[in-house]
Amino acid sequence: MNKKTVILKTKEIQNLIDNITEKIINDNFELKSLGFIGILTRGVYIANRIISKIKKIKKIDIPLGTLDITFYRDDINSIDKQPIAKETNIPFDINNKNIILVDDVLYTGRSIRCALDAIMDLGRPLKILLAVLIDRGHREIPIQPDYCGKKIQTFYTDEIQVKLREIDKNDQILLIKK
Amino acid sequence: MKLKSKDLLGLQYLTKEEIQLILDTAISFKELFTRSIKKVPTLRGKTVVLLFYENSTRTRTSFELAAKRLSADTVNINVSTSSVQKGESLIDTGKTLEAMKADFIIIRHSMSGAPHVLARNISSHVINAGDGVHEHPTQGLLDMFTIREKKGTIKGLKIAIIGDILHSRVARSNIWGLTKLGAEIVVCGPPTLIPYEIEKTGVKVCYKVEDALKDADVINILRVQFERQQENMFPSVREYSLLYGMDKEKIKLAKKDVIILHPGPMNRGIEITSEISDSVNSVINEQVTNGVAIRMAVLYLLAGVH
Repeated sequence: MNKKTVILKTKEIQNLIDNITEKIINDNFELKSLGFIGILTRGVYIANRIISKIKKIKKIDIPLGTLDITFYRDDINSIDKQPIAKETNIPFDINNKNIILVDDVLYTGRSIRCALDAIMDLGRPLKILLAVLIDRGHREIPIQPDYCGKKIQTFYTDEIQVKLREIDKNDQILLIKK
Repeated sequence: MKLKSKDLLGLQYLTKEEIQLILDTAISFKELFTRSIKKVPTLRGKTVVLLFYENSTRTRTSFELAAKRLSADTVNINVSTSSVQKGESLIDTGKTLEAMKADFIIIRHSMSGAPHVLARNISSHVINAGDGVHEHPTQGLLDMFTIREKKGTIKGLKIAIIGDILHSRVARSNIWGLTKLGAEIVVCGPPTLIPYEIEKTGVKVCYKVEDALKDADVINILRVQFERQQENMFPSVREYSLLYGMDKEKIKLAKKDVIILHPGPMNRGIEITSEISDSVNSVINEQVTNGVAIRMAVLYLLAGVH
């Protein structure tokens, strides 16, 4: 039987996003050089919330792109369910930009590896920094976040589910024991 | 959601959902073409063999580009200089390629059903790139993709398919696919070029081009296939052109925003005038672009079927 536990709720999730935003602002990038790329699906909504927060504080519009990593995955031979490909849409020139790559959960690191390859195919950014809401450990390749909302101890077989009000009913992070 | 069969042999065998999956996946691949690097690593290490027993420029190039843009390795077999000339059977050729670990075999053959024979006998993925007068599934899919992109939907559209229906595998794939997605199809051509009992596939038959074109949303014009016509199927090319050739006057009967498709290669001045093929209603060049995206989607989705 799967056991589901809610580990974080709306308020706490918003705090995590606010903390990430604050850290990004404190790193003193030239704000004009910043561009956000959210990994589909939930990375995009988190990136959007960070951007709105920065706009509130700094009164500047920072561009947001969406990235689908399906075609860069390394497990086409082994997965049962083929992910449905969505559209990558990066409406700004990433060359010489400081790119903040955003995803909801950092786990093995393989998705981020795909995303890095995908971004490199689109141009040559100045820097790529990684922001994640949750780091749940169990990395299989040497990738670490630059901005992390919260570290959570998990078993390899656990599942972390992030729900966001933009597409799910409400904000919630669930730990599912299998 | 994934495809059920390891092969793509025809749209006859796909469900509505499978067709929609292919069309949706192709949208993501089309986005790649706007980039400076039009390539993704999805099929790195896979081998795609192009086995064409019949002439082709666009389909073969399109498949080869699709495979290359997915980072697969491609091998072109020139049938006229291959062991086929020494009398090797299709199955033996297929088994040889399978033994060389070809992951995909893309076959075009003048015999209807040849890809099916191959698919039954080998474990590689087989994609039908046109078999005799049977099906040309990727052409059907790219036509559907183009129509859906331009019109937003396929359901309820009035689609006229004009010309040599008898010898056309493009027409058959169009009919199977478009009817599954709810289009209303009218086929039209000289009676000698309309197959017996074609109505059973759910299409309407017209012999007067004016009736077929009335209020059409889409016109798909077929090439007169002189190479497949054993005898004279109509009195003269001039008469065919006058009665069925698409020109400015005939197009006026269709809806104002009608789109014109042609699978190519065109016989300009016979089934279509240059005025029409190069008009704003024509989407013929876009069909070619979309063809690469569709073939990438098919290769990608089949790679996920084990």
